[in-house]
Amino acid sequence: MMDNQLLSIITFLPLVAALILALFMRGDDAAARAGAKWLALFTTSATFVISLFVLFRFDPSNTGFQFVEERQWILGLTYRMGVDGISILFVMLTTFLMPITIWSCWGVETRVKEYMIAFLVLETLMLGVFMALDLVLFYLFFEAGLIPMFLIIGIWGGKDRIYAAFKFFLYTFLGSVLMLVAMIVMYFDAGTTDITKLLVHDFGSETFSLLGIQVVGGLQTMLFLAFFASFAVKLPMWPVHTWLPDAHVQAPTAGSVVLAAILLKLGGYGFLRFSLPMFPVGSEVMAPLVLWLSAIAIVYTSLVALAQTDMKKLIAYSSVAHMGYVTMGIFAVNQQGVDGAIFQMLSHGFISGALFLCVGVIYDRMHTREIDAYGGLVNRMPAYALVFMFFTMANVGLPGTSGFVGEFLTLTGIFQANTWVAAVATTGVILSAAYALWLYRRVVLGDLIKEALRSITDMDRREKAIFAPLIAMTLILGIYPSLVTDIIGPSVGALVADYEAAQPAEGLALKEGTTE
Amino acid sequence: MTPADFQTLLPEIVLAGYAMAALLAAVYTSKDKLAPTLVWATAGLFVALALYIGGTGEGERTVFGGLFTDDPFARFAKVTTLLSAAAVLVMSQDYMTRRDLLRFEYPVLVTLAVVGMMVMISSADLVTLYMGLELQSLSLYVVASMRRDSARSSEAGLKYFVLGALSSGLLLYGASLVYGYAGTTQFAGILSTVRDGVPLGLLFGLVFMLAGLAFKVSAAPFHMWTPDVYEGSPTPVTAFFATAPKVAAMALIARLVQDAFGGIPGQWGQVLAGLAVASMFLGAVAAIGQRDIKRLMAYSSIAHMGYALIGLAVGTAYGVQATLIYMAIYVTMNVGTFAFILSMERDGRPVSDIAGLNQFAVKEPLKALAMLVLLFSLAGVPPMVGFFGKFYVLKAAVDAGWVWLAVAGAVASVIGAFYYLRLVYFMYFGAEQEPVDSRMAPVQWGMLVAVAAIMLLGIVNLFGIEPIAATAAEALVR
Repeated sequence: MMDNQLLSIITFLPLVAALILALFMRGDDAAARAGAKWLALFTTSATFVISLFVLFRFDPSNTGFQFVEERQWILGLTYRMGVDGISILFVMLTTFLMPITIWSCWGVETRVKEYMIAFLVLETLMLGVFMALDLVLFYLFFEAGLIPMFLIIGIWGGKDRIYAAFKFFLYTFLGSVLMLVAMIVMYFDAGTTDITKLLVHDFGSETFSLLGIQVVGGLQTMLFLAFFASFAVKLPMWPVHTWLPDAHVQAPTAGSVVLAAILLKLGGYGFLRFSLPMFPVGSEVMAPLVLWLSAIAIVYTSLVALAQTDMKKLIAYSSVAHMGYVTMGIFAVNQQGVDGAIFQMLSHGFISGALFLCVGVIYDRMHTREIDAYGGLVNRMPAYALVFMFFTMANVGLPGTSGFVGEFLTLTGIFQANTWVAAVATTGVILSAAYALWLYRRVVLGDLIKEALRSITDMDRREKAIFAPLIAMTLILGIYPSLVTDIIGPSVGALVADYEAAQPAEGLALKEGTTE
Repeated sequence: MTPADFQTLLPEIVLAGYAMAALLAAVYTSKDKLAPTLVWATAGLFVALALYIGGTGEGERTVFGGLFTDDPFARFAKVTTLLSAAAVLVMSQDYMTRRDLLRFEYPVLVTLAVVGMMVMISSADLVTLYMGLELQSLSLYVVASMRRDSARSSEAGLKYFVLGALSSGLLLYGASLVYGYAGTTQFAGILSTVRDGVPLGLLFGLVFMLAGLAFKVSAAPFHMWTPDVYEGSPTPVTAFFATAPKVAAMALIARLVQDAFGGIPGQWGQVLAGLAVASMFLGAVAAIGQRDIKRLMAYSSIAHMGYALIGLAVGTAYGVQATLIYMAIYVTMNVGTFAFILSMERDGRPVSDIAGLNQFAVKEPLKALAMLVLLFSLAGVPPMVGFFGKFYVLKAAVDAGWVWLAVAGAVASVIGAFYYLRLVYFMYFGAEQEPVDSRMAPVQWGMLVAVAAIMLLGIVNLFGIEPIAATAAEALVR
């Protein structure tokens, strides 16, 4: 009985806490603020614990959806939730990171209650995206997630927060409109919004001519492009990534962590849930384009990262580069590639989240993110230097950390699919070492000559405790990656097999000929 | 005339009798001092009648020799109309009393307008249709110029009257053509005529009638009066214009196209779809530049009417159901929004400048949050109920095969989201300045918070109005 509602409990528990905060917490004194923080921390931790139950009872060998919950809803829609091998770990990533995020913003003092409400609502919506098994439900969670993030950036952000908040909102909103249109067309074509049914529905792939252009792959290609518009912005992919550095720089630390660690993954998840399985022919047509865009993203944004003077911006560009590996792995469409992409997303969740927290630690002390304002921190902050070193290395992809596994697997996958793209992308590994190590050298190493830094203090106990689970996860996944691949493996295998089976046997070019 | 006739017409008779009695009572007693009591009594009567209509009515019957019909569709629309009118009345009482605007004629005129709306909704004959429409319109022209010493208010009333008369002329011309070619004014008779083939003249009549009615729901391109009248009228009157009359006029369009022209959906579907697309886009684009919140709400209502028309344009029972639900959601959102707009003031004087909302969230976090919910709901951002209203009509369009209409609706909703977002922007991140005061009577506050809660909680099951609307729609579309 509980099994059928477990996912809903996980999803809506944070929302319930948010409502309690909104309705019953009064006043803005220190006690009220502490109360709000503790309630948020407690709820997100409880959510994590419950989600562990799901993980332990999850059967990886079953490639279908598990813990499925269905009930009738308005508009003849069905409220339908479930997880499979692809989504379960994203759910875990979210529930794992949220308590850490909440704990990291212990120092916030302005509008604390609202801040906690925003994060709790955001958690509900993100979890909903990963679990939704109905197109409308998915869209609802996906879109609604914009509102709390928009407010988090717009209210608690830095100096240019309003510009960044609007850029964030409009970019992602414009992307999702095309997705909405595509969803309407999908509903019209398949007559259902049930994702489990859509996954086996055969969308038309007959080549047709539109305004004089031959659309190879037909309807599937059009739908693919519409979804691509939304997911590529969310992920983000070059060249529609420009909202990300702005949003990251202006967002408060906790906002940056959630944005980099979880929200970006919604795009990658979307590709795996919709684009590949529902539009296999369209994906095959567009895959070369996506692969080259990813390769460009990796090299170009790594070069851009080299030139940054703002720490957060540098890490933001590094995120875009790492997401390049993800799209590359996904559109290689083989076991290693997709495994690697999912692995890379999880690993990037821990590493980039931790890097933004690292920036947050010194930003809280010095109130600047300029790289030039720092130097020689190792003299005053040995513990910090160690943590920062660890995550810099993980970001570069040092063997033994999860970053290495993700990059290695995706590169293996892409090498089988497209050697040239693999060759270009591999240079990104070198470039990432360049910008990350250079950043580390400029901020942490050297002599402490800046006057302002002489009194800077090392991390306190809370800050150290925040990093501990992140370090643990990065190491565990780096040393024993089977933990992840065993869970996702069967589902990914089924995904890849279905994809191969859906390709027209005689090849696309021939099929085009027959419809002429 | 039989007792059954009177029983069917009982709510209208009670209201009309009440209006005249109230008029006499006020004239012979203390005049305007009676007005607040009268407002509450009227609202109470509206609610009581809504309960009566919703609770007792069953089945369908046509009375007075085919002039007047009562069916689940009429009951749904009447309950919505009565409840929204009651809500607007009670929340405007405090505002009007404080500004010395509350004349006893106001509740009386509103009552008469509501009687007109109820007749419109139930009409089964071109004559009944016109009677109801004119009773409603004439009362509304007068309330638009309620603020007698204000040039803007008088201008609003005059503009409304002149353009309204023009639209009535169009409607009458169309009605006379329809009568000429069908040989009857009864909807049932017209329906049997068009089933045998549509004469060109009758088609002309249909188009003219739709143009006249489009004016009443302020659908583009017949929307020109809306922004000026909304801006010039006293705010409570604007709130009234934005709610009950829209429901009634939309119901009348549904009634006309289904009961009288139900056999030829191909002929009016395109007209309504054209009106819908024009309204959605015009409402969305023109609202962007507005600085006055009342004008903004005018364009917002134009856009919303476009979405409601989609449901009617597709011509299916599901489409009508979608429109009914959309209208119910629309009036609810507008009641909440106007409860807030009524409270906007500075030094005791009402303001409607959007820039006055700057930093409002700092001053009044709870009200700002409620408005945030309402604005996102108006914009159709999930997960608010407003999204489901939009989704409902778009789904109806797709189900009926009108994919392009659904796509147009989706695109327009994005453009429209921008100006609602701008209001949120002002409230939460606006330039540092002293925001407007927001003095609310308990009723207004209650309305605002209740509506915001409805917009959030409604996503569970829409408070069960779905099956009711479905019954209503199936009674209309056969």
